[in-house]
Amino acid sequence: MMASSYSAKDEDGHITVSGPGGGTLRNKKPENTAFKQQRLPAWQPILTAGTVLPAFFIIGLIFIPIGIGLYVTSNNIKEFEIDYTGDDTSSPCYNCAKNFSWNNTKSCTCTIPFQLDQPYESNVFMYYGLSNFYQNHRRYVKSRDDSQLNGNIDSLKVGASSPMASRKKKKPSKECEPYASIDNKPIAPCGAIANSMFNDTLKLFYNDPNGTSVPIPLTSTGIAWWTDKHVKFRNPVGTNSNLTAVFQGTVKPVNWHRPVYELDTDPENNGFINEDFIVWMRTAALPTFRKLYRIIQKKNNMAPTLPRGNYTLVVDYNYPVRSFEGRKRMILSTISWMGGKNPFLGIAYITVGSVCFFLGVVLLVIHHKYGNRNNSANISN
Amino acid sequence: MTQILSFNKLQNFSKVTLLSVLFLNFCHISFSFCLLQTNAIKTSKYNFFTFLPLNLFEQFQRIANAYFLFLLVLQVIPQISSLSWFTTVVPLILVLTVTAAKDATDDINRHRSDNRVNNRKVQVLIDRKLRSEKWMNVQVGDIIKLENNQFVTADLLLLSSSEPLNLVYIETAELDGETNLKVRQALPVTGDLGDDIEKLADFNGEVRCEPPNNRLDRFTGVLSFAGQKYSLDNEKILLRGCTLRNTEWCFGLVLFGGPETKLMQNCGKSTFKRTSIDRLMNILVLFIFGFLAFMCSVLAIGNYIWERNEGSQFTVFLPRLEDDPAFSSFLTFWSYVIILNTVVPISLYVSVEIIRLGNSFYIDWDRKMYYARNDTPAEARTTTLNEELGQIKYVFSDKTGTLTQNIMIFNKCTINGKCYGKMCTPLTSPHQPKQYTDTVDFSFNPLADSRFVFHDHSLVEAVKLENTEVHAFFRLLALCHTVMAEEKKEGELFYQAQSPDEGALVTAARNFGFVFRSRTPDSISIVEMGKQCNYELLAILDFNNVRKRMSVIVRSPEGKLSLYCKGADTIIYERLHQSCSKLMDVTTEHLNEFAGDGLRTLALAYKDLDEEYFNQWIQRHHEANTALEDREGKLDQLYEEIEKDLLLLGATAIEDKLQDGVPQTIEQLSKADIKIWVLTGDKQETAENIGYSCNLLREEMNDVFIISGNSLEDVQQELRNARTSMKPDAAENSEFLPEMDKGVKVVTDEVVNGEYGLVINGHSLAYALEHSLELEFLRTACMCKAVICCRVTPLQKAQVVELVKKYKKAVTLAIGDGANDVSMIKAAHIGVGISGQEGMQAVLSSDYSFAQFRFLQRLLLVHGRWSYLRMCKFLRYFFYKNFTFTFVHFWFAFFCGFSAQTVYDEWFITLYNLMYTALPVLGMSLFDQDVNDVWSFQHPQLYVPGQLNLYFSKKSFFKCALHSCYSSLVLFFIPYAAMYDTVRDDGKDIADYQSFALLTQTCLLFAVSIQMSYWTAVNTFFVLGSLAMYFAVTFTMYSNGMFTILPSAFPFIGTARNSLNQPNVWLTIFLTSILCVLPVITNRFLMIQLCPTINDKAKATPAPPTRRARIRRTSSRRSGYAFSHAQGYGDLVTSGRFLRRPALTRSSGFTHAGRTTTSFSPMGRSAGYSPTGRPQNNKVPDVEVTSLQMYRTITDSAP
Repeated sequence: MMASSYSAKDEDGHITVSGPGGGTLRNKKPENTAFKQQRLPAWQPILTAGTVLPAFFIIGLIFIPIGIGLYVTSNNIKEFEIDYTGDDTSSPCYNCAKNFSWNNTKSCTCTIPFQLDQPYESNVFMYYGLSNFYQNHRRYVKSRDDSQLNGNIDSLKVGASSPMASRKKKKPSKECEPYASIDNKPIAPCGAIANSMFNDTLKLFYNDPNGTSVPIPLTSTGIAWWTDKHVKFRNPVGTNSNLTAVFQGTVKPVNWHRPVYELDTDPENNGFINEDFIVWMRTAALPTFRKLYRIIQKKNNMAPTLPRGNYTLVVDYNYPVRSFEGRKRMILSTISWMGGKNPFLGIAYITVGSVCFFLGVVLLVIHHKYGNRNNSANISN
Repeated sequence: MTQILSFNKLQNFSKVTLLSVLFLNFCHISFSFCLLQTNAIKTSKYNFFTFLPLNLFEQFQRIANAYFLFLLVLQVIPQISSLSWFTTVVPLILVLTVTAAKDATDDINRHRSDNRVNNRKVQVLIDRKLRSEKWMNVQVGDIIKLENNQFVTADLLLLSSSEPLNLVYIETAELDGETNLKVRQALPVTGDLGDDIEKLADFNGEVRCEPPNNRLDRFTGVLSFAGQKYSLDNEKILLRGCTLRNTEWCFGLVLFGGPETKLMQNCGKSTFKRTSIDRLMNILVLFIFGFLAFMCSVLAIGNYIWERNEGSQFTVFLPRLEDDPAFSSFLTFWSYVIILNTVVPISLYVSVEIIRLGNSFYIDWDRKMYYARNDTPAEARTTTLNEELGQIKYVFSDKTGTLTQNIMIFNKCTINGKCYGKMCTPLTSPHQPKQYTDTVDFSFNPLADSRFVFHDHSLVEAVKLENTEVHAFFRLLALCHTVMAEEKKEGELFYQAQSPDEGALVTAARNFGFVFRSRTPDSISIVEMGKQCNYELLAILDFNNVRKRMSVIVRSPEGKLSLYCKGADTIIYERLHQSCSKLMDVTTEHLNEFAGDGLRTLALAYKDLDEEYFNQWIQRHHEANTALEDREGKLDQLYEEIEKDLLLLGATAIEDKLQDGVPQTIEQLSKADIKIWVLTGDKQETAENIGYSCNLLREEMNDVFIISGNSLEDVQQELRNARTSMKPDAAENSEFLPEMDKGVKVVTDEVVNGEYGLVINGHSLAYALEHSLELEFLRTACMCKAVICCRVTPLQKAQVVELVKKYKKAVTLAIGDGANDVSMIKAAHIGVGISGQEGMQAVLSSDYSFAQFRFLQRLLLVHGRWSYLRMCKFLRYFFYKNFTFTFVHFWFAFFCGFSAQTVYDEWFITLYNLMYTALPVLGMSLFDQDVNDVWSFQHPQLYVPGQLNLYFSKKSFFKCALHSCYSSLVLFFIPYAAMYDTVRDDGKDIADYQSFALLTQTCLLFAVSIQMSYWTAVNTFFVLGSLAMYFAVTFTMYSNGMFTILPSAFPFIGTARNSLNQPNVWLTIFLTSILCVLPVITNRFLMIQLCPTINDKAKATPAPPTRRARIRRTSSRRSGYAFSHAQGYGDLVTSGRFLRRPALTRSSGFTHAGRTTTSFSPMGRSAGYSPTGRPQNNKVPDVEVTSLQMYRTITDSAP
């Protein structure tokens, strides 16, 4: 029964009431706005067969083509991967891996031949991949000093002994411990991330069919994010522009063979803005990751960048991973508009699209079998 | 110099003696002994300096706030800290600020009202002069002067007054809600002081009295003055909160001031009401704590294993500070407590309060709950109970003033077998305005009350034609009553009646030319058709519950002795002379018709008395009156003797006007499966009558049981009988034990065949509420559709409510308007006060107030339902979004070595609840409507899910946890798989931690935002605005500028730019959003298809046009008679104690302010709420017709 309207006249009629004082009371009648009377126009999805079923089919129709497109794109990407960890006796790097010692001044070199079955067109990207390497461990992730890396000269100063000075942060951040300083000299760059920087050297040679081994030119710049290279990482600017002088009074990270100002000869790629270093400092989200190492630029339009044939990978084996059952890989890959090779998205889209389609059919059947019966039933009072 | 020394405080410490001592004019002792109590009151909690510490202290007593403080402590321990301190500090400060701001405004308001009261002016006798002084400066022992219509400043001993016999009249509406005037009388010895300032100043006495307490009706004390001792009782005390009326001035001595006054002592902390959702939430929060501990333990164990197996080898690159995996896992446990703290939502309580506040405003703003006639909008006085309004199962209603308007209207009458009033047209339903406009014109009568309305001209004609019976009829009405008249100005009469019925009858007589003008203890002066007549009042044979009639014996100006009697028809009929039998039949027919219309009837009769017999009778009456033993019995006998062989005059029919829309409301509510119990102080007949006329009891009901037993056994037997007839199979298991539910017995609802009603009397209720019977009573009562308890005391009202609260897992609501309803309003989960009437007591203690009973259905079916729905939706959504947020961390732990690394950016963690999701969820919980209000009215069954607690329970909480578990899996593993070993379209990094964090948090925000189901413009704005804000904030936080300012706080520089331009990032976001929504839609759709709820059906069908309510004709039952009060005030009237000075000489009269436009404004509420000890159904033995007095035979040819 509708009872809301029976006294509408009473409620909407404007009656002036005389109060006890004889004067007219201020009218306390609430305002008649859609907001206050809760009459805001609204849309709410009503899940009827007429809306849900078409939606399912449409989602299916959209998702499956996207999925196929993604899948095909991903499949067209050429990717080649070599594991050179060397924990297997048959592996060329077995000896290097086995005999690894931090004290080795001379690096151990191993040579891995491999064969590309297909020619690699366009630019080819060379990655190193690490597994079981917890770059996302909390203590690891925070073990860096962003202001030092941003060229804050104070973070390179000698750790002051007085508590007053230490409060002014005139030394590497405490987060870098235990790689903050040695003998009261700050480490540059400090922290566990920098200390553990990947330092294998990978070289690639093309074995010509005529027997000569041609080195393949590897570009080492342009591998880091523009923002990292130009904003986040900056070399400290001291009184002189000589990096060596700027880093005077600092020590190199424990594991490093060379100090930070000798990472490269190119001044634009040296010190904190060395791109290999920047790439390493962008910690990975997952324990298995790959990082861009070099780019093999496309030479001309006619020849493939990497023709099919035999290649040799020469590794200066400096980076120990066997202790924690890590793996090291070298990956050669082309890319597409959707990035590197990863069939997951394509498969996921196809799956979800198919499931939607299937659900649509199932729900249609259910709707025909049960839905009508229920919907036609009136609301019993 | 009037000073006193009070030992009140000292006495209170000892608590041995009840009496405390006050010395008057006795402060020659050194001042340091004078513990002077001033009259200042303080209800505020803080002052400027104590606010911060006190308020913070209070806030940290809340478990959630304390918990976050604890988290903060954890966060500053470097080994544990997994999140920056600001992630906790920012929300905590925000929450504390919001709460503190609310507390501060509340307290400022209290300060304001304190100041207003404290700065009122009153005249105080200081240094032998009257001075105007602020209330707060009044001290105990001061003598103050009050004038008419002033508030009483403190608890006073009345010293003297302007009125004869040292009387003062006070209104106690603020104290007990009763609006009728009360009388206080000073001691003659103090009264003699008069207004002589000198004498008063010299007044030297000593008062010993009880220590301050909160009993309004009791006072004991002794005044020692001039060597004499005078006992003081309540009659000599004016309590703070009363208003002086009809009294020019009075002097009083301050006994208790400020916080010691009885009014303030009564302002005890009202119990804090909490909703069942609140309680459930507390349980859930505890459960969540447990769950949090469980998750953290799992992760800590994981950490132990990881540290032992992997971490120990990984030390090459990640050295460990300590080598003990067990210690590391211990630290990890606490680190995860910090990270996963979002499962215990700090902003939950604040959001809940905001939502409730918002929904309370809707109630205040609702035009459909605004009553234009006295300009009263509905008011949500408590803002914390809204969702409970959607779960009401039991409504306890007062009758007078709540269901009825407490306005009696002289509607019809039958005189000498002829019926007047709109006889032949059926009574129109009360909510429709009367259609006929031809009201009777009373202009012939200058003294007529212009507000009186009558619709039958023939009665006026009969009066004008000097029809003797008609004249006798109205003369009776003008004489036989205990009403008092007040005539401020010539011709302006105001009546003060104890029961509104009487007032209506006297007003009717007044308009028909028999104007009751004034009375003295032994005379009544009336104006009969313009002619002044003085009747000598010889005796009042007053009303009581057994007699159910009252009579007066008067001597007319012509010297004729007559007895006029009015009373219940059955009672009068037994005492009629046999010659009236024909008239009786006709009148009975009329009475039946009146009763069928739901009117309250009274039969009128008279007889002329023989002088001699009367003299002898009055002699015996006097003897009986002064008898020491069995005075009442003897008087009753005498009354019985003289009230016989009466001659029937006719009968009156009074409409006890129901409030508008009451029957419809009750019908609506009962359709919503809400049980309505009427608890009234009225008599059984009246209550039953109203029960029928407002649709509570119905003719179609299988049976209406009446419980009126006078002993425990009787009541038990009656209850059992009732149950047997309702449910034959279940009746005999008297050993039936209610099922145990966590130690508390819960009586489950039992199904019965058919509809039943139960009427229980006050005295039976007293037995039924005893411990041994209460379950039996409750079982029986709950099987009935309607329950009416009559002659219930305020305490019993509360007991009944408590009983239902105790054994029924149901939400109760009590609605009432008077002071006698306060107890039940406070006892029930939700109390509703009817506002806009004179007494404010019920409203003041209520949680919601509005002007009309019919608004209850809108409050419950619309506002309550929406509030409940919104709150539940909010909670489900809130838990969902926070669980989803948190569980992602849990999954990530398995991939980061259980190191308590967060998935998201710390800024996102800080702002997620505060900025990115706060407004959308608020919008949802303020605007969501599953169906509109028209539908809620159309289908009251939509209310039922709330009663059954279907929308938010442990089960639905569990479901929502499962849902968020699924969502978090999607939200973690889809980005995981999509980013695994992949790179940007220029070959650079995208699987780095920062990009992954950005991707996951964006996915989360999208997935959470699109799961809204109700989109008004505001909602859309909120959702889109929040997303836009998210991007704006993110881009800002990740910008070069922010980084250069503080490199360590904004390490995510460039992440947004570098990853949000990647197509596969957006494809991932799209995929996760769809995957989060898909199962929800599928599930909902399947539910709608397979087992649709009433809501689903309602939504799928367009709203029908509004239909008018079908009007139910009221029943044809015989009604009760029209006395709604118990013992009358006859002896007061005759004693003269109550009478004022002659009306016309009064200089200051009672101002009739605030009178409504009704025909008669009742001054008092029926006084008798206590069940009388005497049984009510005693048959008065038939009186034999013996001595025939002079009477007139009614002939058959009566017109």
